[in-house]
Amino acid sequence: MTASKHQSRLVVKQHFYTFAEPPRQMLLESGARLGPVTIAYETYGQLSATRDNVILVTHAFSGDSHVAGYLATDKEGAKPGWWDSLVGPGKGINTDRYFVICSNILGSCMGSTGPSSINPATNKPFGLDFPMVTIGDMVDAQKALLDHLQIKSLLAVVGGSVGGMQVLEWCIRYPKMVRSAVPLATTMRHSALAIAFNEVARQSIMADPNWNQGDYYGKKGPDLGLAIARMIGHVTYLSDEAMRQKFGRRLQNKKDFSFGFDADFQVESYLRYQGSKFVRRFDANSLLYITKAADYFDLVDNLTTSESIRDLSDAAIKFLVISYTSDWLYPTYQSRELVQALKRCGQDVSFCEIKADCGHDAFLIPDKRLSDLIRGFLKGVAND
Amino acid sequence: MTEGMRFDLQIIASWIEPESSVLDLGCGSGTLLSWLKKHKNIHGTGIEQDQEKAADCIARGLTVLQGDLSVEVQDYPDNSFDYVILSQTLQQVYEPASLLSMLARIGKRVIVSFPNFSHYTIRMQLLIRGQAPKNEQLPYSWYDTPNIRVITLEDFRRFSREVGYRIIKEVAINTHHHDKQGHIVHWLTNLRATYGIFLIEKRTLEKDQY
Repeated sequence: MTASKHQSRLVVKQHFYTFAEPPRQMLLESGARLGPVTIAYETYGQLSATRDNVILVTHAFSGDSHVAGYLATDKEGAKPGWWDSLVGPGKGINTDRYFVICSNILGSCMGSTGPSSINPATNKPFGLDFPMVTIGDMVDAQKALLDHLQIKSLLAVVGGSVGGMQVLEWCIRYPKMVRSAVPLATTMRHSALAIAFNEVARQSIMADPNWNQGDYYGKKGPDLGLAIARMIGHVTYLSDEAMRQKFGRRLQNKKDFSFGFDADFQVESYLRYQGSKFVRRFDANSLLYITKAADYFDLVDNLTTSESIRDLSDAAIKFLVISYTSDWLYPTYQSRELVQALKRCGQDVSFCEIKADCGHDAFLIPDKRLSDLIRGFLKGVAND
Repeated sequence: MTEGMRFDLQIIASWIEPESSVLDLGCGSGTLLSWLKKHKNIHGTGIEQDQEKAADCIARGLTVLQGDLSVEVQDYPDNSFDYVILSQTLQQVYEPASLLSMLARIGKRVIVSFPNFSHYTIRMQLLIRGQAPKNEQLPYSWYDTPNIRVITLEDFRRFSREVGYRIIKEVAINTHHHDKQGHIVHWLTNLRATYGIFLIEKRTLEKDQY
């Protein structure tokens, strides 16, 4: 394929699907009911006549359905979707060949139902009346969308971080639908370290007086708390090495210390910028709900007790587990534990630890090695 | 049909039954696994320490785990594979006896190949020059060699008997390290072969009755 063919802009459109209208509301893992539920999604490429070329991409905690290309509404100079380096015509996940679906997770604020959506019972935003949702609930909502699109089999489910948790949950909940799974930079369950960072992020939001027990819609929100939460998040997405290379002890636009509390160091300035940028696009309550869902996620029992792996063993899913050397949020040993569990229950599993300095974020950074790996793996699955 | 592969791999490939499950330890770039998948429709898994080689294998559609083979083999349930292959690696393993016992646990049959340390050229070097042998099969000096285990065909036969492995097949070959050409040695193997290839299985009471 020539490069010129792929330089044309990939323009996509966000769609919405609403289901679980009362009285047939969605039953959540907590036992609560939720409905109606709206899921925002985008699709790329063409669905084959036999509907056998579908790849579901699952996004990380603050992501959205806009995985690649541009929206028709994008302004000049807008950035393409969050995984544009991997998904698109001729790319690692080749949309000339596969039909790619990505939906915004339940509980988020990027078009799908979440705490900022209107509660039909009160006609006001849910706030903390929004029920606690789990990674399993997010997957169930994706399943409802696929049912609606009449898709019965997934060639692959691919996702990193919290997206990787959804990939694993898909294999546990709907093993017969999944032909292959690519969990990247993820874990079977959060370590105390990961929960600790999430808790600090949540506390910074809840300690902001503007949070007001989650009831801040239409008023001034907990922008400061949310910005600090994002600053903490960014530290966990980088690594010692990445920060040393990116910032070192360099000063921001100055030659000397200010001997005050301005952002002297570049790293301070970077985190402040990331924090304030995030406030413009993300809802604080969504952060609370999604981080909690990630903390609750735990598949260890599902992958180690003989009862629960029977379905998985019958299904014959091909797994490709990928970790990154400098990821300290979900370090390689956690991916190896996953690989170990999959081996023990007789699964077809490949594993690769990619050398990278950029920490947990590495899976989002353009990388030819990742593209080649996934391209070849998917080709192998499609040909099997 | 097996042309294009290293000579010892050609012999190993010819021993594998079609449709079987195979674990290739130290699979490199996956030459043997790809060949077996294509020509014998096997269900294969490889283990490779080198990240780039492991990634190459996966990108070729092979199932490969990047990791240390002596660690990775521990997780598999008993009899997970019809064949476990350890080619030209045994001489570099720190605890060969426990590794082989692990391989005989996870595989119904184990194929082992290694350079023969009692080849006459090696004996001559030691006898005449009085120096640790160095040749194309064992190209290192005493201080930098990864080949920490000195094995001869006769040593391996004796070890198998003592530890309780039945040797199902044994072939002695004369070939150079990465060579695609070679020939099978039929007499005075311990003296004349550069490599030995063994197909072994764990002796059980039931099997001993035959």
